Amino acid sequence: MSTNIGSSLFTLSESHEMLRKTCRDFADRELKPIAAKLDKTHEYPTDIVKKLGDLGLMCVEVDEELGGSGLDSLAYAIAMEEISRGCASCGVIMSVNNSLYLGPITKYGNKQQHEQFVKPFLNGERVGCFALSEPGNGSDAGAASTIVKEHNKTNYIMNGTKAWITNGYEAEATVVFATTDKSLKHKGISAFIVKKPTDGLSLGKKEDKLGIKASSTCNLIFEDCIVPKENLLGKQGDGFKIAMATLDSGRIGIAAQALGIAQAALECALDYARKREVFGKQLTQLQAIQMKLADMEVRLQSARLLTWKAASLKSQGESYTKFAAMAKLAASECATFNAHQAIQILGGMGYVSDMPAERHYRDARITEIYEGTSEIQRLVIAGNLIKEYSATNA
Amino acid sequence: MAIRILVGVKRAIDYAVKVQVKTDKSGVVTEGVKHSMNPFDEIAVEEAIRLKEKKVAQEVIALSCGPAQCQETLRTALALGADRAIHVEVTGKDYEMLQPLAISKLIAAVAKKENVDLVLLGKLAIDDDSNQTGQMVAGLLSWPQAVFASKVDIKDKTAEVMREIDGGSETLRVKLPAVITSDLRLNQPRFANLPSIQKAKKKPMAKMSPKDLGVDIKPHQEYLSYEEPPKRQGGGRVASVDELISKLKEKGLI
Repeated sequence: MSTNIGSSLFTLSESHEMLRKTCRDFADRELKPIAAKLDKTHEYPTDIVKKLGDLGLMCVEVDEELGGSGLDSLAYAIAMEEISRGCASCGVIMSVNNSLYLGPITKYGNKQQHEQFVKPFLNGERVGCFALSEPGNGSDAGAASTIVKEHNKTNYIMNGTKAWITNGYEAEATVVFATTDKSLKHKGISAFIVKKPTDGLSLGKKEDKLGIKASSTCNLIFEDCIVPKENLLGKQGDGFKIAMATLDSGRIGIAAQALGIAQAALECALDYARKREVFGKQLTQLQAIQMKLADMEVRLQSARLLTWKAASLKSQGESYTKFAAMAKLAASECATFNAHQAIQILGGMGYVSDMPAERHYRDARITEIYEGTSEIQRLVIAGNLIKEYSATNA
Repeated sequence: MAIRILVGVKRAIDYAVKVQVKTDKSGVVTEGVKHSMNPFDEIAVEEAIRLKEKKVAQEVIALSCGPAQCQETLRTALALGADRAIHVEVTGKDYEMLQPLAISKLIAAVAKKENVDLVLLGKLAIDDDSNQTGQMVAGLLSWPQAVFASKVDIKDKTAEVMREIDGGSETLRVKLPAVITSDLRLNQPRFANLPSIQKAKKKPMAKMSPKDLGVDIKPHQEYLSYEEPPKRQGGGRVASVDELISKLKEKGLI
């Protein structure tokens, strides 16, 4: 569905502009005032998730026929950035539901799976999650040791543990990756949808994280968990492919989340620097501060252009793996850079919870790790770059 | 019979902007400054949409007078739920000099042309704080008015409106067609959701000129100069209530 008529990398169409305004107003009015409290109490924002659902933000790219908002990838990136600028925790909850849960099921699922696992997850009343990583492997996704065997004519049986699952506590369904034959390595992995709660599925303790504290992260423990055969997502053996394609799309969402955090950190620094006076001048008049602000802005605008480019390529149905990886890499490193510099500009005030700079610093850090570490992103980028070059040069 | 509502929306400097007076004192800086729908107009639009949801109204028409950028404001009204939009185009110097009386004439002309039962406006715009347009529209149309509304109930072509006044609140009953202006506590406006933003693109937007409506928008007032308000002076401390009273008496304040 093309809504990006008139949108280029440099200007947004009227609908994208209106979407951005709605999300920004919502973030300013509903998220900013409570973000610090959510961070302190680690409280899952149930009401906010419902409100995001009411706005259509929990299913941005899902087709209208299925009941989704039917917008494009650029709209998703814009919405993610504005929401995350208000509250990074709310951003990741929104991102996981959109990209990692609804993404693969709408793309690879059948009609029955759409009815059962997509339609009820569109309006913020329930959220899903995505279980790929394990205690023994994160980056090495092909080494999955969660095993699935045929149990009887109608069911599989699953055993294993998944780690670091965002929305783990609140999710009412999960996309899980398990292997039917470890000897086939990544070709033995299949994707399944598992309802929560389910017998044989238990949750590990809620992780006590450095940041994005209002979103829950925990292990999913499968012990002789019965999974109906009709819950196989896509074809047997396609799991790894599905996971990688899903992560490509998820990286645009996380890049946008990082942009939101980076933007919030920059604004925090600018606001403080205009008001604070030292050596007889405002901070903004001192060159040492100006150098920092310039660096923050250049990285932010560059990362945003990469993110929007990745989104445009995706919307046009073109290959976007390399750009999604570049966007995620650039945006996440920008988020940590901006948050770091923001604390530096605020000085002592940056170190205390009276100002949001320290929360941005803690929230930013994870963006360089999840949905593909910065190191993995570099491997993806280099791999694609080399392939592209080799294809046109003898 | 469900009524038809005309809602006026103004594109004004955003409430969060720090307004600056131009160096030549001829006005305030508007170039490159963030504009958005006047907050009281957002409340008026919200009320109109709620009346439609309650099936009291069958159609909500959004109207804005000004340059091309007003179409953004109208699209926002459409995204919030208005059925169609009318843009009365006024540009350049004409727009700079556009005053409440001229706008009231334009609104009255459209209200007559569209044969609406209710004109809903914000009580005032936050840029000029005039608080005149609603009242003048009613005067021009010879319609009853209920301004500063904090509650509106419409049944059988009659509106019961609770108004916020200096002494508290008063309730008026007015026969439609009428003019009602919104006050702050009338409602809490909604956010435009994604499906509505999408639908808004397909809704009709008509464009017309003051001439098409037979309205002369010539200004009747000349703005001589704009100045910033005086800078806030520091206060002082007093040691006792007696000293406070004598200081206040000194300043002629009591």
